[in-house]
Amino acid sequence: MSGILAFALHYEGAYNKNSLGGVSEAARQAQALGTEAHAVVVGDVSDELAASLGNYGVTKVFRASGVPEGLAQPVVDVMAQVMRDNGHDYALFGGGLLGFEIGAGLAARLNAGVTMEVTQVNAVDGKLTAERPIHGDSSISTSSYKERGIIIGRLNAFDTAAPSDAQSEVQDVEVALSPFSTKARMVKRGEARGEEIDIEGADYLVAGGRGLGKPEGFELCEALAEALGGAVAATRAVVDAGWYPYSTQIGQTGKTVSPKLYLAAGISGAIQHKVGFQSSENIVAINKDANAPIFEYSDLGIVGDLNKILPKLTEAVKAKKG
Amino acid sequence: MKICVLVKEVPDAAVEKRIDPSTGRMDRSGERNLNPYDTHAIEAAMQVREGPDVEVEEIVAVTMGPPTAVRALHKAVSLGVDRSVHLSDDALAGSDVAATGFALAKLLARESPDLVLLGQQSDDGECYTIGAVVADHLQMPSLTQVIKMDVAAGALRCERQAEYGYDTVEIELPAVISVGDAINEPRYPSLKAIMGAKKKPLDAVGIADVGIEADAVGEAGSKVVCGDFKAPPQKAVGEIIEDEDTAETVEKIVAWLDERKLLS
Repeated sequence: MSGILAFALHYEGAYNKNSLGGVSEAARQAQALGTEAHAVVVGDVSDELAASLGNYGVTKVFRASGVPEGLAQPVVDVMAQVMRDNGHDYALFGGGLLGFEIGAGLAARLNAGVTMEVTQVNAVDGKLTAERPIHGDSSISTSSYKERGIIIGRLNAFDTAAPSDAQSEVQDVEVALSPFSTKARMVKRGEARGEEIDIEGADYLVAGGRGLGKPEGFELCEALAEALGGAVAATRAVVDAGWYPYSTQIGQTGKTVSPKLYLAAGISGAIQHKVGFQSSENIVAINKDANAPIFEYSDLGIVGDLNKILPKLTEAVKAKKG
Repeated sequence: MKICVLVKEVPDAAVEKRIDPSTGRMDRSGERNLNPYDTHAIEAAMQVREGPDVEVEEIVAVTMGPPTAVRALHKAVSLGVDRSVHLSDDALAGSDVAATGFALAKLLARESPDLVLLGQQSDDGECYTIGAVVADHLQMPSLTQVIKMDVAAGALRCERQAEYGYDTVEIELPAVISVGDAINEPRYPSLKAIMGAKKKPLDAVGIADVGIEADAVGEAGSKVVCGDFKAPPQKAVGEIIEDEDTAETVEKIVAWLDERKLLS
């Protein structure tokens, strides 16, 4: 048979939102191709949780219990075996870090074509093609595949389907892991680092990036956020550098937000950050580099020194709001 | 211990990138430089060598690309790398990620490194997936976007941010590690190192030298066909203010916010 195999990432009894988008997309495309979509789960997954992927349109779930969670290479072993044994033509991943690693490893293993950062999948003449924005989103390239295709979505690219009551058949698979796949071992997973701050409910977000210059630069963001009645967000670069808590991170492995106002201070606007806030109602950017990509998609851009602008803006907002 | 650092020359960030519509490939003319992300991988290698934990015999920069890629290797050497290897061959043109990773793995296998380091992503066409492709061919464990790496007795202890927060992962050597840019602050090359870079050994090889068949790489060996380049839906360009008089700028921002009822 042909078919599409999606990977479903889970953690603490729930599926990753982008994985559910990927599973839903696999089901939509399978329907367009007249074939079936299946999913792979690894590790500790209850019968109920595994079967619930049927809610999003996959007919069968391959469960590899006992395979370590949170690392890519063991999943490559599982997916390669399932695809070989069952003849799947495509593997599909929702946005996220792990999907990138698994998809790339799988392409090497199966000698398949791989496309990452995919924003749209189309079924054309019984085959899938994938659209991917390139060069800072200035052009869109379409990939087609000579043989097997591995499609890795951009964050939030695939909508999660409205869940039905359907349940998947669950098939347990035994997979002998490659010797090198077991040479990486998870010591500690999912450390939050920094305090837990809720930014997803905020209507106003003031986000800071490397352009703040130093961790203390966030004080400027905090003052403005307070004046606006909002919260402070951060880029991955500054979170990785330890400047601000992980819970405030927007983008690839962080949160996705769509506030009324997203004010980005000292943020260049790399794609991996952009995908986390691009659906905000209003985007304002302050950056001293006139060539920063963020100015290409902000509604209001200010080329200037945030150290001068932010304090005055905070005062003016306070005065205006009374 | 021997460390190989994968580097790549990319168009300079200041130069506009374009696809040649007749071939569907990146137009590689114009100014080019070492991928800035790669400098973090070189710095990570240097810090392992300078650290107390292991003896590093050699750091080798490895690249695949047209003859101009030599410049990226010179830059790598100026940052502390001992020698470099350059895989260049007409047959490689048009290789996709999987074929590129395959060719790099063949090249690396010849070096038998204990550790392969690379930057988290390159600035041009391809993404931060090459490490996973290379690792699978080399049959080595691998991790991407690593922001902290400690070396001890044949193993690495790495930290990186994944979907649910920070993970700590222990990895046996040999391994392939992509580093994130938060891992370090790359040093600047000294003038002396820049001047001396061209004198360090540079090994130029073709595909036959590393046992690659021509039909395994390039367009023939690539399993993805890219085409149909189109412009994305255009978003209306926003208003831009150049800040000259900050009081005036702030006034304009406040008026703009107020117009959109964001200050009520």
